[in-house]
Amino acid sequence: MVNFQEATETIRMITQENLDVRTITMGISLLDCIDSDLNRLCENIYNKITTTAKDLVKVGTEIEKEYGIPIVNKRISVTPAALVGGSACKTPEDFVCIAKTLDRAAKATGVNFLGGYSALVSKGMTAADELLIRSIPQALAETDFVCSSINVGSTKSGIDMDAVRLLGEVIVDTAKRTADQDSLGCAKLVVFCNAPDDNPFMAGAFHGVTEADAIINVGVSGPGVVKTALEEVRGQGFEVLCETIKKTAFKVTRVGQLVAQEASRRLGVPFGIIDLSLAPTPAIGDSVADILCEIGVDEAGAPGTTAALALLNDQVKKGGVMASSYVGGLSGAFIPVSEDAGMISAARSGALTIEKLEAMTCVCSVGLDMIAIPGDTKPSTISGIIADEMAIGMVNQKTTAVRLIPVIGKSVGDTAVFGGLLGEAPIMPVNQVSCERFVSRKGRIPAPIHSFKN
Amino acid sequence: MTKTIITVLGKDTVGIIARVCTYLADNKVNILDITQTITGGYFNMMMVTDASACEKKLADLSDELTALGEEMGLSIRCMQEDIFSAMHRI
Repeated sequence: MVNFQEATETIRMITQENLDVRTITMGISLLDCIDSDLNRLCENIYNKITTTAKDLVKVGTEIEKEYGIPIVNKRISVTPAALVGGSACKTPEDFVCIAKTLDRAAKATGVNFLGGYSALVSKGMTAADELLIRSIPQALAETDFVCSSINVGSTKSGIDMDAVRLLGEVIVDTAKRTADQDSLGCAKLVVFCNAPDDNPFMAGAFHGVTEADAIINVGVSGPGVVKTALEEVRGQGFEVLCETIKKTAFKVTRVGQLVAQEASRRLGVPFGIIDLSLAPTPAIGDSVADILCEIGVDEAGAPGTTAALALLNDQVKKGGVMASSYVGGLSGAFIPVSEDAGMISAARSGALTIEKLEAMTCVCSVGLDMIAIPGDTKPSTISGIIADEMAIGMVNQKTTAVRLIPVIGKSVGDTAVFGGLLGEAPIMPVNQVSCERFVSRKGRIPAPIHSFKN
Repeated sequence: MTKTIITVLGKDTVGIIARVCTYLADNKVNILDITQTITGGYFNMMMVTDASACEKKLADLSDELTALGEEMGLSIRCMQEDIFSAMHRI
């Protein structure tokens, strides 16, 4: 039977160290909604989502109360819209109709985000893919809860530079259309290399075509719990440090596994994966940067930061993988700037630069995330940053992503405020040297030599 | 049997156990075990209970216990035992 100390430890993690289940995300396939008539397609999509996910929020809230663990977000991911809308959509505006339908369905089910306004174009764009990408600025400006992601590269197929070039322009256009909200639209748009099919985290979640009809994926969190555990082993060697992270990650993930199984049972939807993540929020004490400081750097971005993050990321996986029957998604430490109080302060003090963040993305689970840059940054420069990040993912056989926000009307020294879990971010300086000639080349970067494994 | 762990934390005062236990008795929740300490004037109690005869939904029971705690200036949490065993037992 559970003893007093164990109960106290669990409750302390929840009440004082921000332990929570970050998201229960229901993946829903929309492949059976496909129709060549746009109205019928939208009706099918709305019906499928609102039927399949009708109890998601209710069940999530029940589990939250019964187990006493906060479940911060209940979300939905769907099949990439470019695949679903291919035969019905002839213009970008047609795709916007799908985005609005997804938004209505998200509101009807009570979730706070719906991901999957997406296209998978790692080797090339179909006409539908390109129409969807061109519709993104309008779609994100005219909806509230829809998130978009584009996979432009993979280790197996290389990088589609035509899509990378187009997305530089799309990101700037999205920023302009949401200029009155500090270009918030860009916070709902992620560009991926090696995007996973089962990621429960926004804005990059979509329900891959390899997945079952519906699935429950869960993302855990708990940077505050890891930070507190490490405070107990200050000054000790790497062995003790790593063991402590592993043990803590194990405990955190076990809670996620329990919640996932329970949600799956009550909803009658199969359990997919647990995403073993340290996902920060802007709340004090819920920061990944603070863990790096506890490991031994004075601020995130100092020399040693990449090594500390590599260690952290690896131990989180090693501890978490034993605690769950299936792991997947992005799994690792997230380093979004605007969503992490420690990262925000390091960016503000100048300790953390985009170049250092790029190095950190080589060893962490995602990429250049929630970084505010000057609003007058050229589209080609944004495409150049995307290409660099995609190359890191492609060559290192890992997922990488870019979520940059060119904040219209603001420049270095200003702060963009997104609110809620999205936080706020100081505008970070961007290298101004042109890469126009590189980005304007047509075609794709070939797959790396180590992709040929057959 | 649905085992639930009820914890009560806050400044010690007269009648904490009485009020919590009365509420549990009224709702047909059986107490299987109680552990309790008082440190520096702070009351800390953990009860293992069996709520299978309770007619209310566990989520509602949890809400009502939280409300009872707020009324008494205490933090009362009611959680299914599974979350503790998942975290601390392999």
